[in-house]
Amino acid sequence: MSKYKMHILVCAGTGCSSSESNLVCEILIDEVERKGLGGDVQIIRTGCFGFCEKGPIVKVLPDNTFYTNVKPADAKEIVDEHIIKGRKVYRLLYTDPESGEHLPDSKHMGFYQKQIRVALRNCGTIDPENIDEAIARDAYQALGKVITEMGPDVAINEIKSSGLRGRGGAGFPTGLKWEIARKNDADQKYVVCNADEGDPGAFMDRSILEGDPHSIIEAMAICGYCIGASKGLVYIRAEYPLAVKRLKIAIAQAHEYGLLGDNIFGTDFSFDISLKYGAGAFVCGEETALIHSMEGKRGEPTNKPPFPAQSGYLGKPTNVNNVETFANIPVIILKGAEWFSSIGTEKSKGTKVFALAGKINNVGLIEIPMGITLREIIYEIGGGIKNGKKFKAVQTGGPSGGCLTEKHLDIPIDYESLTASGSMMGSGGMIVLDEDDCMVSVAKFYLEFIVDESCGKCAPCRIGNKRMHETLKRITDGKGTQEDLDKLKNLSYVIKDTSLCGLGQTSPNPVLSTMEHFMDEYNEHVIDKKCRAGQCSNLLYYVISEEECIGCMACLRACPTHAISGEKKEAHVINQEICIKCGACMEKCKFDAITLRSDYPRVSVPIV
Amino acid sequence: MIELTIDKKKVQVEKGTTILKAARKAGVEIPTLCHFELCDMGIENKPGGCRICVVEVEGRRNLAPSCITEVQEGMVINTHNIRVLNARTTVLKLIISDHPFDCLVCARSGQCELQSLATQFNIRSLPYEGEQSRYRKDTSPSIIRDIDKCIMCRRCEMMCNEVQTVGALSAVNRGFMSVVAPAFEMNLEDSPCTYCGQCLSVCPTGALTEVDHTNDIIRALSDSSKTVIVQTAPAVRAALGEEFGLQPGTLVTGKMVSALKELGFDYVFDTDFSADLTIMEEGTELLQRLKAYLAGDTEVRLPILTSCCPGWVNFFEHNFPDLIDVPSTAKSPQQMFGAIAKTYFADKIGVNRKDLIVVSIMPCIAKKYECQRDEFKVDGNQDVDYSISTRELAAFIKEANIDFLNLPDADFDDPLGESTGAGVIFGNTGGVIEAACRTAYEIYTGKKLENVVFDNLRGMEGIRSAKVDFDGIELNIGIAHGLGNARKLLDEVRAGTSKYHAIEIMACPGGCIGGGGQPYHHGNSEILSKRAAAIYTEDERKTIRKSHENPSIIKLYKEFLGEPGSHKAHSLLHTEYFPKSNEVTLHLNGEI
Amino acid sequence: MREIKTLADLKKKQEEMRSRIKLRDNAENPESLVQVKVAMATCGIASGAKEVMEYFVDELDKRSIRAIVTQTGCMGYCYAEPTVEITLPGQDPIVFGYVTVKKAGDIIEHYIKEGELVDGIIPQNYNTIKS
Repeated sequence: MSKYKMHILVCAGTGCSSSESNLVCEILIDEVERKGLGGDVQIIRTGCFGFCEKGPIVKVLPDNTFYTNVKPADAKEIVDEHIIKGRKVYRLLYTDPESGEHLPDSKHMGFYQKQIRVALRNCGTIDPENIDEAIARDAYQALGKVITEMGPDVAINEIKSSGLRGRGGAGFPTGLKWEIARKNDADQKYVVCNADEGDPGAFMDRSILEGDPHSIIEAMAICGYCIGASKGLVYIRAEYPLAVKRLKIAIAQAHEYGLLGDNIFGTDFSFDISLKYGAGAFVCGEETALIHSMEGKRGEPTNKPPFPAQSGYLGKPTNVNNVETFANIPVIILKGAEWFSSIGTEKSKGTKVFALAGKINNVGLIEIPMGITLREIIYEIGGGIKNGKKFKAVQTGGPSGGCLTEKHLDIPIDYESLTASGSMMGSGGMIVLDEDDCMVSVAKFYLEFIVDESCGKCAPCRIGNKRMHETLKRITDGKGTQEDLDKLKNLSYVIKDTSLCGLGQTSPNPVLSTMEHFMDEYNEHVIDKKCRAGQCSNLLYYVISEEECIGCMACLRACPTHAISGEKKEAHVINQEICIKCGACMEKCKFDAITLRSDYPRVSVPIV
Repeated sequence: MIELTIDKKKVQVEKGTTILKAARKAGVEIPTLCHFELCDMGIENKPGGCRICVVEVEGRRNLAPSCITEVQEGMVINTHNIRVLNARTTVLKLIISDHPFDCLVCARSGQCELQSLATQFNIRSLPYEGEQSRYRKDTSPSIIRDIDKCIMCRRCEMMCNEVQTVGALSAVNRGFMSVVAPAFEMNLEDSPCTYCGQCLSVCPTGALTEVDHTNDIIRALSDSSKTVIVQTAPAVRAALGEEFGLQPGTLVTGKMVSALKELGFDYVFDTDFSADLTIMEEGTELLQRLKAYLAGDTEVRLPILTSCCPGWVNFFEHNFPDLIDVPSTAKSPQQMFGAIAKTYFADKIGVNRKDLIVVSIMPCIAKKYECQRDEFKVDGNQDVDYSISTRELAAFIKEANIDFLNLPDADFDDPLGESTGAGVIFGNTGGVIEAACRTAYEIYTGKKLENVVFDNLRGMEGIRSAKVDFDGIELNIGIAHGLGNARKLLDEVRAGTSKYHAIEIMACPGGCIGGGGQPYHHGNSEILSKRAAAIYTEDERKTIRKSHENPSIIKLYKEFLGEPGSHKAHSLLHTEYFPKSNEVTLHLNGEI
Repeated sequence: MREIKTLADLKKKQEEMRSRIKLRDNAENPESLVQVKVAMATCGIASGAKEVMEYFVDELDKRSIRAIVTQTGCMGYCYAEPTVEITLPGQDPIVFGYVTVKKAGDIIEHYIKEGELVDGIIPQNYNTIKS
């Protein structure tokens, strides 16, 4: 085999792919071939590096150079300068926002410094479509160890003592879940990987499947061996075509090598994995709904108990774990429970992957040890708030979670602290909000999502959330009343108390959480008819400045509803009762006399 | 046994019992809405969807739906503290907020379970008003879907899929717009619906109701140029009284006839008469096939399947089109009656068939569709013009201000009103085949049947199997009620493994007494048993209990038809079946 | 087709494959490894830097020495090409001039393996090489 002297890693995750990383990769390959360097330089399409904010990412090794925002037009320059002449292309290096310096490698980037990549260990390092690269990075070693050395009970104990908890959101201890599934006798059991990632803005699971599919296959096989299941199913959303493709390739390769199929590692353990496609219903992330969907039924939850471990897919004991949970399994087996539990806090061990989004400089995928603070995530990893704005809140746990505010910046991120602060870990969506975000609108956004995604089975979720959303809409439209606020609270408590599944039981959380921390904003909307963030268009007012207006009448003529009155060469006035906020006046004014204001101009104008 | 405390009362129940049932045992009634049960028949709907039955379980984070939560040792349950009551009331108000407020003109008004709950919960205001989900109204020959009124209890879905295995109705859409509908929200008429009506017999609101023909009948009755005659199915007399507050199982045959006469029908006849006629034709067909089979004919189709039930006919046309030559070709009693009324009887009284209006009172919803089938029309004129249900008749009587309870008994008119005990038992599961056996035995063996009661054919089990001795020849009889059970027997027939010579099938659980047009039983299966018992009582009271001994039937053959199975009998009393595809027909209204 | 029938098979496979990604694994922690930078500007290439670099890559691998071999631009010692900068873990970089394939062998044998200085060191007039 020829020895490559240099490796060029090109991110081929969904994010970078959508900004033409595949074209970058092809040009790199062409250029390298053209320069006769085909035998010296290997170009690899990898999974996600996490730094999606500045994608496409290209990394050149061995000198660990981290190029950001690489356009197809830049590819040739990288080959000509860096590969041939050994000169780095400075303009493509990441620039430290504080020092303004170009950072040559990812090690020195604040984004990576606090991260520990366990679940994402191979994402951005290996070619996910090549099982040999995965094997070189320890893939299937843990499976071999479990099957030939440890045995199911020891392995389950190892998982138990590692303290690993479900990364899908609820945080149920994984080892215990496996143990329960193991103890339920049945002629057939199933291992299900829940890859129905649905939180708005979350893409942890997608990235793992795209970047390191073998880790999931291996972990599912380990689980199958431990609980006594010979069949694995991945419930994956059809909107993740790349993840589906790579998973399929990986399964086929594992089959070819004999790492899936009959008599794995020469034992009588056989395991196979097939894919089931979801149609993108958020509720199908709930395990009973997921199982119904896999069975070809309507994707809606049923009461628990019976739990899937007792009666799941086709009525058989079924162990359902989330993608990220599975991704941790092989490492725990190989490095030991002790190593794993040395990371994290007392009750939350290991790391957690978050999808960092919103008003933050470094949008992307991060993996942090449990217990670091929100402040570290936002200001060190995330690089602070965009455009120097003021931090307002972080929404974690998606539509089931809540918001954390400035006073929570120094609490450690783990299951317990987040729950105690009125939010939750969730699957890992983390949306950063700044002073320009209206918290009532944030709550409304999540309720709108829930109204779309409720399965419709139970009345409180089906109708209650609709009513909550309508009430929030009234409030952001400036038509809310004090009574609406009381209704919101009662509905929230009743929906939480009476809904059938986790979706409904948590759906009012964004409302309760924003009401707890930002009640003054609700009151402003209801009483003062004001949105301090200026986000609620119905609570914005076009106002003509008496000083600036010269009375040219341009705005008056432009107004489609005749809301503007005033004599020539005298200051004009907008009648707020008639104004439809189209903005035509502001566009026409040549003197910048018209401004949008969030405080209500208490000038009464007689209706003409 | 598990011991738990409900509202401070200790109660012991078996493992696996739900809180709802444990509470009932403790004398605590918990309100329910979506929950529905026909316990003796193993039919239960408990999706846990309405959340009206929630209770507080101490130590549990959220409220528990009592209809699906199983008891655990030492549970302490509060069924009506302020937390529970507020939750229930709020949820009920939410449900009502997405329900039309047209109670005054709703077909279910007075019988609506949502309305009753609102009364019980003392709902006086609607604080959660907002958008209501809106759907188009879907009218089929038998059933109207006014789905704005659907509360997603899923009872119809359970009936249609689990009990009947018809699969016409299931939940579609998500969230606020979710609703129970045929696939792709096609019209019910284009779906595999059999019009058995079990969906609407369990619907708690007015979302599913029957097509009401009462006004058509009123119009006919007030038209002096029309002669209006009526036939009443056997199961009607055993249930009609319930609508007037009588105990289930009270026979009201005489009062019913009186009421119909008061309503202005020119002749009040009995479908029992044509049930006897059915036995003559179907029994003859059975014997013919049996004799051919015994003579070594391998082509003959056995088992013979009864064909009185229109829901069942629709079911096999949709699901077993390959077996279309297996059922008896005999028309149902309703249609035999129509055919004879508009020929034999019309001639007798000298009325043109177009001026003779034939009305049927049926326990059934599918009969509405059946009488509209093309093969039961002559030059576009239906043999049976209108079919109304037991419930519609009750409403009609009330509307006419007739004091039903104090009506004197009256007798059916001649000649189409005379019937035997064999005709009456058509209303019960097993009744048709028992009636057939009574006649077929005597005809086949030439001997007198001493004991007309075939106990082994009676009962409420979904699938029953019995052997009947025909003087040395043992007949294997299968009986199924409920289409899910029918499917099992039909699958055997299709596979060629059926051991039966004859199979009786009725689409509705219990047979016609549990028909989709009967007074609502609200899940009380005792009502069904009492109706069945009443039918057998009526049979016992009859002096003639075998169809072929019915003097009017004998006279009909003598004067008009000739022999059973004669050419004339065939053209008037037999029919054919049409395969119905289960392929989806979509009417996209021009949209793709 | 089933290549891997036992855990030993898998371990063997891993050994075979490790070299494929060793470069990537090593790049994560360059400070703990021997870093070899070969000046590969026109002047270097003209004097045979390419062969020298290939020799380093092959030879270090053969001797199982964990090292990173990279190329760099002209270091300014054009008179002494090919020039090679070597950084041992925890030590300051040292630049060697006139590095032929033979000399490269000496450097590996003596400096990299044993830490002994060999001839041809170019005195440093800078602190770090800007890469």
